[in-house]
Amino acid sequence: MRSLHRTLQIHDPVLLRDISLVCAAGGVVGVSFGAISVAGGLPVWVPVVMSLVVYAGAAQFSAVGILLAGGGPLAAAATGLLLNTRNAAFSLAVADVLGPGRLARFVGAHLVTDETAAFALAQRDPERRRVAFWVSGLGLFTVWNVCVLAGALAGTALGDTATYGLDAAFPAVLAALALPALRDRPPVRRAALLGAAVALAATAVTPTGVPVLLALAGLAVWRAS
Amino acid sequence: MSGGEGAVVALLVLAVGTYALRLTGPVLHGRVEIPVRVRELSAGAAVVLLVALLATGALTEDGGFAGWARPAGVLMGGVLAWRRAPFAVVVLGAAATTAGLRAMGVG
Repeated sequence: MRSLHRTLQIHDPVLLRDISLVCAAGGVVGVSFGAISVAGGLPVWVPVVMSLVVYAGAAQFSAVGILLAGGGPLAAAATGLLLNTRNAAFSLAVADVLGPGRLARFVGAHLVTDETAAFALAQRDPERRRVAFWVSGLGLFTVWNVCVLAGALAGTALGDTATYGLDAAFPAVLAALALPALRDRPPVRRAALLGAAVALAATAVTPTGVPVLLALAGLAVWRAS
Repeated sequence: MSGGEGAVVALLVLAVGTYALRLTGPVLHGRVEIPVRVRELSAGAAVVLLVALLATGALTEDGGFAGWARPAGVLMGGVLAWRRAPFAVVVLGAAATTAGLRAMGVG
């Protein structure tokens, strides 16, 4: 913890501003997640506990989406886990950033997300990477969970979230997350478009959760370049 | 829906599995070298899954068409994201477009 204390003393207003912006955006998504889950019919504790112990936005949305659509719990978990396989790659990328202690490793692992990995890897030296990882990690974790709780408590009062267009928010979040990779990497773009076509074609004839898994067939046209 | 037992199972499997995936790096660090090809394939698979979720989430509901308001909102969000708008603007722009269309009576 001493190294964490020291890292928090590094003064970097630009980094802090960027982290604050991402925390704020994450908060909006967190409120939507809590509200959508509860308005869809889940008890308040489900989105709240899920956010604490799973702590992975896209996987949480997809799991809850499948549960609310009447899909099986295993389909919900499997889809979420497949989405989270990228966290294994991110955790490898930031493994040397977490810190030497056992506690830092086990706590830090839970904070590995797209955002914390991106913040950490964007820094130029090891000490700054550590600062960026822990500040963004602890900030995002706190904001995410507080906002999910607020959204879940407000969810029942909101009534039908379709009125507010919240059902369009999650696909839009996915668009924002996937666009950088789609923009820069044509092979991934081809695989993703084919996969999406397969998934859409499958929605009418397969149970909820299956179409997205079938999309992995799109990887058949993917070649590492 | 009840949301009881099914949610508990999904939550437990997802939580344990996700934490295990996140421990990969800290546990393997300095012991095993993950092949570049495997890392690239896993990154590619993540994007394919995200886009499939995006497409089915935007266009379908219960195996049928979700109506025009939602995909229109998602399209607005996509355009904003393409133009590198801030994350919050993307999310709120998508929701506001869909909400606006519904308020005007578009399904």
